[in-house]
Amino acid sequence: MASSPVVDLRGVVAVVGRFPALAGVDLRVGSGEVVLVRGPNGAGKTTLLRLCAGLLPVTDGHAEVLGVDLAVAGRDVRRRVGLLGHATFLYADLTVLENAVFWARATGVTPDDAVAALDRLEVPARVRDLPVRSLSTGQRRRVSLAVTVARRPELWLLDEPHAGLDATGRDLVDGLVAEASAAGATVLFASHELERAEAVARRIVTIAGGVVTDDEVVRRSSDAGVGGEVSGDP
Amino acid sequence: MIRDVLLVARKDLRLEWRSRVGVGQVLPFALLCVLLFAFALDVDRGVLQEATSGLFWVVVLFATVLVVQRAFAIEADDGVLDALRLSGLAPSAVYLGKVVAITVELLALEVVLWLAVAVLYDTTLRGWGLLAATVVLATLGAAAAGATYGVVGLRLRGAETLLPLLLLPLLAPVLIGATSASDVALGRSAGPGWPWAAMLGIFSGVYLLLGSVLFRPLMEDP
Repeated sequence: MASSPVVDLRGVVAVVGRFPALAGVDLRVGSGEVVLVRGPNGAGKTTLLRLCAGLLPVTDGHAEVLGVDLAVAGRDVRRRVGLLGHATFLYADLTVLENAVFWARATGVTPDDAVAALDRLEVPARVRDLPVRSLSTGQRRRVSLAVTVARRPELWLLDEPHAGLDATGRDLVDGLVAEASAAGATVLFASHELERAEAVARRIVTIAGGVVTDDEVVRRSSDAGVGGEVSGDP
Repeated sequence: MIRDVLLVARKDLRLEWRSRVGVGQVLPFALLCVLLFAFALDVDRGVLQEATSGLFWVVVLFATVLVVQRAFAIEADDGVLDALRLSGLAPSAVYLGKVVAITVELLALEVVLWLAVAVLYDTTLRGWGLLAATVVLATLGAAAAGATYGVVGLRLRGAETLLPLLLLPLLAPVLIGATSASDVALGRSAGPGWPWAAMLGIFSGVYLLLGSVLFRPLMEDP
Protein backbone atom coordinates (compact mmCIF):
# COMPACT_ATOMS: atom_id res chain seq x y z
CA MET A 1 0.00 0.00 0.00
CA ALA A 2 1.79 3.13 -1.20
CA SER A 3 -0.77 5.54 0.21
CA SER A 4 -4.01 5.49 2.13
CA PRO A 5 -6.90 4.34 -0.07
CA VAL A 6 -9.33 6.84 -1.54
CA VAL A 7 -12.18 4.41 -0.93
CA ASP A 8 -11.93 2.05 2.02
CA LEU A 9 -15.04 -0.01 2.70
CA ARG A 10 -15.04 -2.86 5.19
CA GLY A 11 -18.14 -4.92 5.76
CA VAL A 12 -20.33 -2.01 4.70
CA VAL A 13 -24.06 -2.49 4.98
CA ALA A 14 -26.48 0.10 3.60
CA VAL A 15 -30.20 -0.32 4.03
CA VAL A 16 -32.36 1.56 1.53
CA GLY A 17 -35.94 1.64 2.74
CA ARG A 18 -36.09 -1.75 4.38
CA PHE A 19 -33.90 -3.44 1.82
CA PRO A 20 -30.20 -4.08 2.49
CA ALA A 21 -28.90 -2.85 -0.86
CA LEU A 22 -25.32 -3.37 0.34
CA ALA A 23 -24.90 -6.43 2.53
CA GLY A 24 -21.26 -6.33 3.63
CA VAL A 25 -19.11 -4.74 0.93
CA ASP A 26 -15.34 -4.90 1.21
CA LEU A 27 -13.55 -2.65 -1.26
CA ARG A 28 -10.37 -0.60 -1.30
CA VAL A 29 -9.55 1.74 -4.15
CA GLY A 30 -6.32 3.68 -4.40
CA SER A 31 -5.45 7.07 -5.80
CA GLY A 32 -5.61 7.30 -9.59
CA GLU A 33 -7.32 3.95 -10.05
CA VAL A 34 -10.03 3.46 -12.64
CA VAL A 35 -12.40 0.82 -11.36
CA LEU A 36 -15.37 -0.65 -13.18
CA VAL A 37 -18.17 -1.89 -10.94
CA ARG A 38 -20.30 -4.37 -12.79
CA GLY A 39 -23.17 -6.60 -11.85
CA PRO A 40 -26.78 -7.39 -12.66
CA ASN A 41 -29.66 -4.99 -12.09
CA GLY A 42 -30.31 -4.53 -8.38
CA ALA A 43 -26.82 -5.73 -7.44
CA GLY A 44 -26.11 -2.57 -5.48
CA LYS A 45 -23.92 -0.64 -7.93
CA THR A 46 -25.85 2.62 -7.74
CA THR A 47 -26.16 2.32 -3.97
CA LEU A 48 -22.41 1.80 -3.73
CA LEU A 49 -21.71 4.96 -5.74
CA ARG A 50 -24.24 7.02 -3.78
CA LEU A 51 -22.81 5.79 -0.51
CA CYS A 52 -19.29 6.77 -1.61
CA ALA A 53 -20.68 10.22 -2.48
CA GLY A 54 -21.87 10.61 1.10
CA LEU A 55 -25.52 10.64 0.08
CA LEU A 56 -26.56 7.47 1.89
CA PRO A 57 -26.07 6.63 5.55
CA VAL A 58 -23.83 3.70 6.45
CA THR A 59 -25.97 1.22 8.34
CA ASP A 60 -23.08 -0.96 9.49
CA GLY A 61 -19.38 -1.51 8.84
CA HIS A 62 -16.57 0.94 8.26
CA ALA A 63 -16.66 3.33 5.29
CA GLU A 64 -13.95 5.86 4.61
CA VAL A 65 -13.80 8.00 1.47
CA LEU A 66 -11.01 10.51 0.79
CA GLY A 67 -9.90 9.99 4.36
CA VAL A 68 -13.31 10.90 5.77
CA ASP A 69 -15.24 8.45 7.92
CA LEU A 70 -18.67 8.51 6.30
CA ALA A 71 -20.44 7.50 9.48
CA VAL A 72 -18.98 10.52 11.26
CA ALA A 73 -18.81 13.23 8.61
CA GLY A 74 -20.24 11.89 5.37
CA ARG A 75 -21.28 15.37 4.28
CA ASP A 76 -17.65 16.48 4.22
CA VAL A 77 -16.83 14.34 1.17
CA ARG A 78 -19.69 15.59 -0.97
CA ARG A 79 -17.96 18.67 -2.25
CA ARG A 80 -14.88 16.64 -3.19
CA VAL A 81 -16.64 14.02 -5.31
CA GLY A 82 -18.31 14.26 -8.69
CA LEU A 83 -21.35 12.05 -9.07
CA LEU A 84 -22.93 11.40 -12.44
CA GLY A 85 -26.14 9.55 -11.76
CA HIS A 86 -29.09 8.27 -13.74
CA ALA A 87 -30.68 11.69 -13.24
CA THR A 88 -29.13 14.69 -14.95
CA PHE A 89 -29.15 16.96 -11.86
CA LEU A 90 -30.25 19.84 -14.11
CA TYR A 91 -33.14 22.32 -13.93
CA ALA A 92 -35.25 21.68 -17.00
CA ASP A 93 -36.50 25.28 -17.31
CA LEU A 94 -33.06 26.89 -17.07
CA THR A 95 -30.85 27.14 -20.11
CA VAL A 96 -27.72 25.04 -20.48
CA LEU A 97 -25.53 28.02 -19.65
CA GLU A 98 -27.66 29.06 -16.66
CA ASN A 99 -27.49 25.53 -15.29
CA ALA A 100 -23.74 25.33 -15.79
CA VAL A 101 -23.13 28.70 -14.17
CA PHE A 102 -25.51 28.04 -11.26
CA TRP A 103 -23.87 24.72 -10.41
CA ALA A 104 -20.40 26.23 -10.87
CA ARG A 105 -21.19 28.94 -8.34
CA ALA A 106 -22.89 26.46 -6.03
CA THR A 107 -19.84 24.22 -6.05
CA GLY A 108 -17.32 27.01 -5.65
CA VAL A 109 -15.84 27.16 -9.15
CA THR A 110 -16.02 30.03 -11.59
CA PRO A 111 -18.45 30.46 -14.49
CA ASP A 112 -15.39 30.37 -16.77
CA ASP A 113 -14.68 26.86 -15.50
CA ALA A 114 -18.24 25.92 -16.40
CA VAL A 115 -17.92 27.29 -19.91
CA ALA A 116 -14.59 25.53 -20.35
CA ALA A 117 -16.23 22.26 -19.29
CA LEU A 118 -19.02 22.77 -21.81
CA ASP A 119 -16.34 23.31 -24.45
CA ARG A 120 -14.53 20.19 -23.31
CA LEU A 121 -17.73 18.15 -23.67
CA GLU A 122 -18.29 19.73 -27.09
CA VAL A 123 -21.70 21.09 -26.16
CA PRO A 124 -22.59 23.18 -29.24
CA ALA A 125 -22.83 26.94 -28.74
CA ARG A 126 -26.22 27.00 -30.44
CA VAL A 127 -27.84 24.94 -27.67
CA ARG A 128 -26.33 26.77 -24.70
CA ASP A 129 -29.09 29.34 -24.57
CA LEU A 130 -31.84 26.75 -24.88
CA PRO A 131 -33.73 25.40 -21.88
CA VAL A 132 -32.50 21.97 -20.87
CA ARG A 133 -35.96 20.50 -21.38
CA SER A 134 -35.62 21.09 -25.12
CA LEU A 135 -32.39 19.08 -25.41
CA SER A 136 -32.06 15.45 -26.45
CA THR A 137 -31.12 12.84 -23.84
CA GLY A 138 -27.57 12.71 -25.13
CA GLN A 139 -27.16 16.48 -25.03
CA ARG A 140 -28.48 16.59 -21.47
CA ARG A 141 -26.01 13.89 -20.53
CA ARG A 142 -23.16 15.93 -21.93
CA VAL A 143 -24.24 19.01 -20.00
CA SER A 144 -24.53 16.93 -16.86
CA LEU A 145 -21.02 15.59 -17.42
CA ALA A 146 -19.75 19.12 -18.02
CA VAL A 147 -21.13 20.20 -14.66
CA THR A 148 -19.29 17.27 -13.05
CA VAL A 149 -16.07 18.05 -14.90
CA ALA A 150 -16.17 21.73 -13.95
CA ARG A 151 -15.94 20.96 -10.25
CA ARG A 152 -12.71 18.97 -10.72
CA PRO A 153 -13.54 16.21 -8.25
CA GLU A 154 -10.95 14.11 -6.48
CA LEU A 155 -13.20 11.07 -6.79
CA TRP A 156 -15.36 10.51 -9.85
CA LEU A 157 -18.43 8.37 -9.32
CA LEU A 158 -20.01 7.64 -12.68
CA ASP A 159 -23.21 5.63 -12.96
CA GLU A 160 -23.64 4.40 -16.53
CA PRO A 161 -21.58 7.28 -17.97
CA HIS A 162 -21.92 6.05 -21.55
CA ALA A 163 -25.71 5.71 -21.44
CA GLY A 164 -27.59 7.89 -23.89
CA LEU A 165 -24.43 9.18 -25.61
CA ASP A 166 -23.47 8.86 -29.25
CA ALA A 167 -20.12 7.43 -30.34
CA THR A 168 -18.37 10.80 -30.05
CA GLY A 169 -19.82 11.34 -26.61
CA ARG A 170 -18.69 7.91 -25.47
CA ASP A 171 -15.18 8.60 -26.68
CA LEU A 172 -15.27 11.89 -24.79
CA VAL A 173 -16.22 10.07 -21.59
CA ASP A 174 -13.35 7.62 -22.04
CA GLY A 175 -10.98 10.52 -22.64
CA LEU A 176 -12.22 12.31 -19.53
CA VAL A 177 -11.74 9.22 -17.40
CA ALA A 178 -8.19 8.80 -18.68
CA GLU A 179 -7.44 12.49 -18.08
CA ALA A 180 -8.89 12.40 -14.58
CA SER A 181 -6.85 9.36 -13.69
CA ALA A 182 -3.69 10.88 -15.15
CA ALA A 183 -4.29 13.95 -13.01
CA GLY A 184 -4.41 11.76 -9.91
CA ALA A 185 -8.17 11.54 -9.48
CA THR A 186 -9.82 8.21 -8.78
CA VAL A 187 -12.65 6.92 -10.94
CA LEU A 188 -15.28 4.44 -9.83
CA PHE A 189 -17.87 3.75 -12.47
CA ALA A 190 -20.75 1.36 -13.05
CA SER A 191 -21.66 0.20 -16.50
CA HIS A 192 -23.56 -2.43 -18.38
CA GLU A 193 -21.60 -1.68 -21.55
CA LEU A 194 -18.91 -4.10 -20.57
CA GLU A 195 -16.80 -4.16 -23.72
CA ARG A 196 -16.25 -0.41 -23.72
CA ALA A 197 -16.04 -0.15 -19.95
CA GLU A 198 -13.51 -2.93 -19.64
CA ALA A 199 -11.31 -1.16 -22.17
CA VAL A 200 -11.20 1.88 -19.92
CA ALA A 201 -10.96 0.22 -16.52
CA ARG A 202 -7.79 -1.05 -14.94
CA ARG A 203 -9.65 -3.04 -12.39
CA ILE A 204 -13.02 -4.74 -12.48
CA VAL A 205 -15.10 -5.32 -9.38
CA THR A 206 -18.14 -7.55 -9.67
CA ILE A 207 -20.96 -7.02 -7.25
CA ALA A 208 -24.05 -9.17 -6.77
CA GLY A 209 -26.61 -9.29 -4.01
CA GLY A 210 -24.98 -6.35 -2.28
CA VAL A 211 -21.56 -7.96 -1.86
CA VAL A 212 -18.35 -7.98 -3.90
CA THR A 213 -18.05 -11.37 -5.56
CA ASP A 214 -14.99 -10.77 -7.73
CA ASP A 215 -12.18 -8.24 -7.92
CA GLU A 216 -9.55 -8.43 -10.64
CA VAL A 217 -6.82 -6.18 -12.00
CA VAL A 218 -7.02 -6.11 -15.77
CA ARG A 219 -4.32 -3.55 -16.48
CA ARG A 220 -1.58 -2.14 -14.31
CA SER A 221 -1.19 1.63 -14.12
CA SER A 222 2.18 1.43 -15.86
CA ASP A 223 0.50 -0.34 -18.80
CA ALA A 224 -1.99 2.47 -19.16
CA GLY A 225 0.69 5.12 -19.08
CA VAL A 226 -0.94 7.05 -16.28
CA GLY A 227 -0.02 7.61 -12.68
CA GLY A 228 -1.65 6.28 -9.59
CA GLU A 229 -1.56 3.44 -7.16
CA VAL A 230 -3.32 0.17 -7.54
CA SER A 231 -4.17 -0.52 -3.96
CA GLY A 232 -7.04 -2.87 -4.12
CA ASP A 233 -7.17 -6.37 -2.89
CA PRO A 234 -7.61 -8.36 -6.05
CA MET B 1 -23.68 33.01 3.03
CA ILE B 2 -25.57 36.00 1.60
CA ARG B 3 -24.09 35.24 -1.81
CA ASP B 4 -25.43 31.68 -1.64
CA VAL B 5 -28.86 32.83 -0.40
CA LEU B 6 -29.13 35.23 -3.33
CA LEU B 7 -27.85 32.56 -5.74
CA VAL B 8 -30.68 30.20 -4.75
CA ALA B 9 -33.29 32.96 -4.65
CA ARG B 10 -32.34 34.27 -8.10
CA LYS B 11 -32.41 30.74 -9.50
CA ASP B 12 -35.86 30.05 -8.03
CA LEU B 13 -37.29 33.34 -9.29
CA ARG B 14 -35.82 32.76 -12.73
CA LEU B 15 -37.34 29.27 -12.83
CA GLU B 16 -40.66 30.68 -11.73
CA TRP B 17 -40.57 33.38 -14.37
CA ARG B 18 -39.71 30.82 -17.06
CA SER B 19 -42.38 28.30 -16.10
CA ARG B 20 -45.09 30.94 -15.62
CA VAL B 21 -46.78 28.73 -13.02
CA GLY B 22 -47.24 31.67 -10.67
CA VAL B 23 -48.67 34.01 -13.25
CA GLY B 24 -50.57 31.37 -15.18
CA GLN B 25 -51.95 29.25 -12.36
CA VAL B 26 -51.49 30.56 -8.82
CA LEU B 27 -52.57 34.14 -9.54
CA PRO B 28 -55.72 33.13 -11.47
CA PHE B 29 -56.59 30.68 -8.68
CA ALA B 30 -56.23 33.40 -6.03
CA LEU B 31 -58.25 35.90 -8.07
CA LEU B 32 -60.93 33.28 -8.61
CA CYS B 33 -61.18 32.73 -4.86
CA VAL B 34 -61.56 36.48 -4.28
CA LEU B 35 -64.25 36.57 -6.96
CA LEU B 36 -66.11 33.56 -5.55
CA PHE B 37 -66.16 35.10 -2.08
CA ALA B 38 -67.65 38.22 -3.69
CA PHE B 39 -70.35 36.12 -5.37
CA ALA B 40 -71.10 34.25 -2.16
CA LEU B 41 -71.40 37.34 0.03
CA ASP B 42 -72.53 39.91 -2.52
CA VAL B 43 -76.10 39.87 -1.23
CA ASP B 44 -74.85 41.76 1.76
CA ARG B 45 -72.05 44.13 0.75
CA GLY B 46 -71.55 45.10 4.38
CA VAL B 47 -70.54 41.56 5.35
CA LEU B 48 -68.12 41.42 2.45
CA GLN B 49 -66.49 44.67 3.55
CA GLU B 50 -66.36 43.58 7.18
CA ALA B 51 -64.71 40.30 6.23
CA THR B 52 -62.28 41.76 3.68
CA SER B 53 -59.13 41.20 5.75
CA GLY B 54 -59.99 37.64 6.71
CA LEU B 55 -60.99 36.66 3.20
CA PHE B 56 -57.84 38.24 1.78
CA TRP B 57 -55.53 36.35 4.13
CA VAL B 58 -57.35 33.05 3.67
CA VAL B 59 -56.75 33.36 -0.05
CA VAL B 60 -53.11 34.26 0.55
CA LEU B 61 -52.63 31.15 2.69
CA PHE B 62 -54.16 28.95 -0.01
CA ALA B 63 -51.81 30.55 -2.53
CA THR B 64 -48.91 30.01 -0.14
CA VAL B 65 -49.51 26.26 -0.20
CA LEU B 66 -49.39 26.26 -4.00
CA VAL B 67 -46.27 28.44 -4.18
CA VAL B 68 -44.46 26.31 -1.60
CA GLN B 69 -45.37 23.10 -3.41
CA ARG B 70 -44.04 24.53 -6.63
CA ALA B 71 -40.84 25.81 -4.98
CA PHE B 72 -39.96 22.29 -3.85
CA ALA B 73 -41.30 20.39 -6.84
CA ILE B 74 -38.52 21.94 -8.93
CA GLU B 75 -35.97 20.38 -6.58
CA ALA B 76 -37.57 16.96 -6.83
CA ASP B 77 -37.16 16.78 -10.61
CA ASP B 78 -34.27 14.88 -12.11
CA GLY B 79 -32.27 14.39 -8.93
CA VAL B 80 -31.66 18.07 -8.29
CA LEU B 81 -32.05 17.67 -4.54
CA ASP B 82 -29.10 15.27 -4.56
CA ALA B 83 -27.10 17.78 -6.57
CA LEU B 84 -27.88 20.45 -3.98
CA ARG B 85 -26.71 18.09 -1.25
CA LEU B 86 -23.50 17.44 -3.20
CA SER B 87 -22.82 21.12 -3.78
CA GLY B 88 -21.05 23.31 -1.31
CA LEU B 89 -24.20 25.25 -0.52
CA ALA B 90 -25.06 25.36 3.16
CA PRO B 91 -28.55 23.92 3.74
CA SER B 92 -29.46 27.04 5.67
CA ALA B 93 -28.52 29.14 2.61
CA VAL B 94 -30.74 26.95 0.43
CA TYR B 95 -33.56 27.38 2.94
CA LEU B 96 -33.19 31.15 3.22
CA GLY B 97 -32.90 31.46 -0.56
CA LYS B 98 -36.18 29.62 -0.92
CA VAL B 99 -37.79 31.84 1.72
CA VAL B 100 -36.66 34.95 -0.15
CA ALA B 101 -38.01 33.65 -3.47
CA ILE B 102 -41.35 32.55 -1.99
CA THR B 103 -41.70 35.89 -0.19
CA VAL B 104 -41.07 37.87 -3.37
CA GLU B 105 -43.58 35.77 -5.32
CA LEU B 106 -46.24 36.10 -2.64
CA LEU B 107 -45.70 39.86 -2.25
CA ALA B 108 -46.21 40.33 -5.98
CA LEU B 109 -49.37 38.23 -5.78
CA GLU B 110 -50.66 40.20 -2.79
CA VAL B 111 -50.28 43.54 -4.57
CA VAL B 112 -52.62 42.28 -7.30
CA LEU B 113 -54.97 40.73 -4.75
CA TRP B 114 -55.27 43.97 -2.74
CA LEU B 115 -56.22 45.79 -5.93
CA ALA B 116 -58.80 43.10 -6.72
CA VAL B 117 -60.20 43.31 -3.19
CA ALA B 118 -60.38 47.10 -3.39
CA VAL B 119 -62.44 46.87 -6.58
CA LEU B 120 -64.59 43.80 -5.92
CA TYR B 121 -65.22 44.35 -2.19
CA ASP B 122 -65.48 48.12 -2.50
CA THR B 123 -62.79 48.50 0.15
CA THR B 124 -60.70 51.64 0.59
CA LEU B 125 -57.10 50.81 1.29
CA ARG B 126 -55.58 52.97 4.02
CA GLY B 127 -53.39 52.77 7.09
CA TRP B 128 -50.53 52.23 4.68
CA GLY B 129 -47.72 51.96 7.24
CA LEU B 130 -49.38 49.27 9.30
CA LEU B 131 -50.76 47.55 6.23
CA ALA B 132 -47.34 47.40 4.56
CA ALA B 133 -45.67 46.08 7.71
CA THR B 134 -48.40 43.48 8.12
CA VAL B 135 -48.12 42.32 4.55
CA VAL B 136 -44.34 41.99 4.68
CA LEU B 137 -44.16 40.27 8.07
CA ALA B 138 -47.11 37.92 7.47
CA THR B 139 -45.73 36.95 4.06
CA LEU B 140 -42.27 36.36 5.49
CA GLY B 141 -43.75 34.20 8.24
CA ALA B 142 -45.84 32.18 5.80
CA ALA B 143 -42.81 31.69 3.54
CA ALA B 144 -40.54 30.72 6.44
CA ALA B 145 -42.98 28.12 7.77
CA GLY B 146 -43.86 26.97 4.26
CA ALA B 147 -40.25 26.38 3.26
CA THR B 148 -39.63 24.37 6.42
CA TYR B 149 -42.54 22.06 5.68
CA GLY B 150 -42.05 22.10 1.92
CA VAL B 151 -38.82 20.16 2.19
CA VAL B 152 -40.58 17.61 4.40
CA GLY B 153 -43.09 17.15 1.60
CA LEU B 154 -40.28 16.10 -0.75
CA ARG B 155 -39.74 12.99 1.34
CA LEU B 156 -43.36 12.00 1.74
CA ARG B 157 -45.69 10.14 -0.53
CA GLY B 158 -48.84 12.09 -1.31
CA ALA B 159 -47.06 15.32 -0.52
CA GLU B 160 -49.53 17.29 -2.66
CA THR B 161 -52.37 16.52 -0.28
CA LEU B 162 -50.32 16.24 2.87
CA LEU B 163 -48.65 19.64 2.66
CA PRO B 164 -51.89 21.63 3.10
CA LEU B 165 -52.80 19.44 6.07
CA LEU B 166 -49.44 20.10 7.68
CA LEU B 167 -49.08 23.71 6.74
CA LEU B 168 -52.46 25.37 7.09
CA PRO B 169 -52.93 24.68 10.83
CA LEU B 170 -49.41 25.93 11.37
CA LEU B 171 -50.22 29.17 9.58
CA ALA B 172 -53.22 29.89 11.79
CA PRO B 173 -51.23 32.44 13.86
CA VAL B 174 -50.37 34.26 10.62
CA LEU B 175 -54.03 34.31 9.63
CA ILE B 176 -55.14 35.63 13.02
CA GLY B 177 -52.38 38.23 13.35
CA ALA B 178 -52.52 39.44 9.77
CA THR B 179 -56.32 39.66 9.76
CA SER B 180 -56.40 41.58 13.03
CA ALA B 181 -53.65 44.00 11.99
CA SER B 182 -55.22 44.52 8.55
CA ASP B 183 -58.60 45.21 10.15
CA VAL B 184 -57.04 47.97 12.21
CA ALA B 185 -55.20 49.39 9.20
CA LEU B 186 -58.38 49.42 7.11
CA GLY B 187 -60.38 51.03 9.91
CA ARG B 188 -62.59 47.98 10.55
CA SER B 189 -61.35 47.60 14.10
CA ALA B 190 -60.48 50.22 16.68
CA GLY B 191 -57.91 48.24 18.65
CA PRO B 192 -54.13 48.61 18.41
CA GLY B 193 -52.66 47.07 15.25
CA TRP B 194 -48.92 47.20 15.83
CA PRO B 195 -48.86 44.49 18.55
CA TRP B 196 -50.33 42.13 15.95
CA ALA B 197 -47.63 43.15 13.51
CA ALA B 198 -45.05 42.53 16.22
CA MET B 199 -46.50 39.06 16.78
CA LEU B 200 -46.13 38.37 13.08
CA GLY B 201 -42.51 39.50 13.32
CA ILE B 202 -41.86 37.12 16.20
CA PHE B 203 -43.53 34.25 14.33
CA SER B 204 -41.35 34.98 11.29
CA GLY B 205 -38.20 35.15 13.37
CA VAL B 206 -38.91 31.89 15.15
CA TYR B 207 -39.60 30.05 11.90
CA LEU B 208 -36.58 31.53 10.14
CA LEU B 209 -34.44 30.27 12.99
CA LEU B 210 -36.13 26.86 13.15
CA GLY B 211 -36.01 26.40 9.39
CA SER B 212 -32.34 27.36 9.19
CA VAL B 213 -31.48 24.74 11.80
CA LEU B 214 -33.86 22.00 10.68
CA PHE B 215 -33.33 22.26 6.95
CA ARG B 216 -30.07 20.31 7.02
CA PRO B 217 -31.51 17.09 8.56
CA LEU B 218 -34.72 17.50 6.58
CA MET B 219 -32.79 17.52 3.30
CA GLU B 220 -31.16 14.19 4.11
CA ASP B 221 -32.42 10.74 3.21
CA PRO B 222 -34.41 9.29 6.11
